[in-house]
Amino acid sequence: MTILSDALAVAGKDLRIEARSRVTLGQILPFGVLVLLLFAFALDPQSRLLPNVAPGLFWIAVLLAAVLAVSRSFAVESEHGARDALRLSGIDGASVFLGKAGAIVLELLALEVVLLIGTFGLYNVNVRGLEVLIPTAVAATCGIAATGTVYGILAAGLRVRETLVPLLVLPVTAPVLLGATRAFDDALTGSTGDAWPWVQLLVVFAAVYVTAGIVAFESLLEEA
Amino acid sequence: MPVVSTRSAVCVLGRFPALAGADLDVAAGEIVLLSGPNGAGKTTLLRLIAGLLPLRSGSATVLGVDLRRDRRSHRRHLALVGHDTGCYDDLTVRENVRFGLRSAGADVRQADAAIERLGLAAQSGITHRRLSAGQRRRLALAVAFARAPRLLLLDEPHAGLDADGRALLDELLAAASSEGRTVILASHELERARALAHREVVVDAGLLHGGVLETIDGDVVAQGTKVEAAVS
Amino acid sequence: MSAQSRSVWQTALGAVAALAVGATVVMALFVVPADGGRDAFVRGTGQGDAYRLLFLHVPSAWLAYLAFGVTALASLLWLFPRTRALHWDLLAGASAELGVIFTGLTLALGSLWGKPIWGQWWAWDARLTTTAVLFFLYLGYLALRRVGGSPEQRAMRSSIAALIAFADVPIVHFSVSWWTTLHQDGSVFNAKMQIHIQDTSMQATLLLGVAAFTVLYAYLVLRRVQLLAVEEGLAERELEAAIAQRVAAAGARPREAVSI
Repeated sequence: MTILSDALAVAGKDLRIEARSRVTLGQILPFGVLVLLLFAFALDPQSRLLPNVAPGLFWIAVLLAAVLAVSRSFAVESEHGARDALRLSGIDGASVFLGKAGAIVLELLALEVVLLIGTFGLYNVNVRGLEVLIPTAVAATCGIAATGTVYGILAAGLRVRETLVPLLVLPVTAPVLLGATRAFDDALTGSTGDAWPWVQLLVVFAAVYVTAGIVAFESLLEEA
Repeated sequence: MPVVSTRSAVCVLGRFPALAGADLDVAAGEIVLLSGPNGAGKTTLLRLIAGLLPLRSGSATVLGVDLRRDRRSHRRHLALVGHDTGCYDDLTVRENVRFGLRSAGADVRQADAAIERLGLAAQSGITHRRLSAGQRRRLALAVAFARAPRLLLLDEPHAGLDADGRALLDELLAAASSEGRTVILASHELERARALAHREVVVDAGLLHGGVLETIDGDVVAQGTKVEAAVS
Repeated sequence: MSAQSRSVWQTALGAVAALAVGATVVMALFVVPADGGRDAFVRGTGQGDAYRLLFLHVPSAWLAYLAFGVTALASLLWLFPRTRALHWDLLAGASAELGVIFTGLTLALGSLWGKPIWGQWWAWDARLTTTAVLFFLYLGYLALRRVGGSPEQRAMRSSIAALIAFADVPIVHFSVSWWTTLHQDGSVFNAKMQIHIQDTSMQATLLLGVAAFTVLYAYLVLRRVQLLAVEEGLAERELEAAIAQRVAAAGARPREAVSI
């Protein structure tokens, strides 16, 4: 499968760039933790409010960080005309999509591990129900990365990229925020059975947008 | 059959007609120089041939592919060195060349030879970010030559290169031509480029002068022959 | 059809739209009875006059969904190579503009109705919340349409964005209604959401409202597409002139002999 091995090459390239430039590690990750901290300032940490709303705050922090990760992922392609080089290489659009989205998924999953430890520490939440938390996080992250990558290429190369990407990504991912928050809430309060329908919703969302990305990316890379 | 053949090609950038009707034939093994003032349409012509820009009207056939129908499938057989390097700041010289080869489906083992050939062996492990302008130009050329493309499109390749680099580039282009590869270069280094090129095509305000090959008995002029440009 | 007879048809369509909307307003304000009697809301036996907003709220919500549906369909027609034509993109854009306007109107009317009935402007009702997400979804779409580039680039970008947004509508609707039903314990959500449309004059007014807004939509979208097409045609003519000008300029310049 050339599509998959090409995708791996693109993902490997993106991850290598992140490993060396440390933008994700040095800027996006601290930003995510900072958002958690700011929520604690805004909502009285002494009250029982924080542990109750922790799942929602966690996923908002993830979404905001995801917007930055998407912007970063396409800033790399527009710096020295790399996008044209990618087009000229003849590599399939689907491979570019899967590679870039895959790299974002891995970056976000790493970020989520840190943020989960953060909510555990800062919000006094008992982390449990990992058998629900992990599939929820994987499905939600795939959905966020897929939509983010499609909108990232839509806005790549535009002067208004930084401001347009959040306006496009955040409304579309509203169901992910709802679903992942509910599923996390159910897992953390011990009612894991209620979480599965939400996980299914997240899987459907991810499937729809991964498919859309595979089909549409070639045209967007070329024409848009 | 010419490697590149365009007729009345019109190409629009946003709302600006950068090419207003280009007629160009280039035969296999030819080195063609595009000259002309800034803003004449040289870069647009090269990007059109590479398939990066759509035709508004007219026709263009490159490496046997009609660009009106397909702007992609000929790309694996050509390389374009533009003003940008097309490389990633945080990858090393070696990683950039290897990714260029890998994404084009070529053998990554060609990378070290190409780096060596362009005189970047000592910088092989240095990231693009830390290269000088001339070294970046060499890197872009290394990525292009590593793939051994049938058609080389070079947009002001001499810019930023030192004397050694320019001599090296001339050598590489002459060698490519003698191997039957086709070279189209846009340049303002006219003396140097004219010494190298088989033919000069003047690009002026989106039109080409001397772009169409004289045919001898229906055959395109043999490669390597110097052709007096037909100026009408 | 000649330009003149087309403009007659258009004026007629506009007049029908205006009359129908006017008739809906008259019916809704003066003809249909108040829900449960004029003082019903005060007595707590019905919604009284507040429910009259329904006759605008429901048609504008219907219209918003219709408009977004048309945007998705037109985008599909543009993407499909055999039907690809720039007017589909113009239709998609014009329809989305109307969709956003009427989504905004739906939200405003819903809030106005919510204040007396729910006791608050916004009560996270499933349908209203879905509509709010749609509003921002298509606001982003319209922002994307304005970023520049050639008409073909804009059409490609926005048609794919329109389909992505449209695919999200059922997912948003499903997740939001699921989410709000979890909170049914809140007293607000037990409020009188049901209106008993028994009176035939109520039914007739509601149908009239939907019909009136649909005609209004058809009229507005038609005019908007025409305006966009004129703008597009103007830009096209300017471009043709620019090409001719470049050719002429190059031809007029003295050419030096080129030889190597």
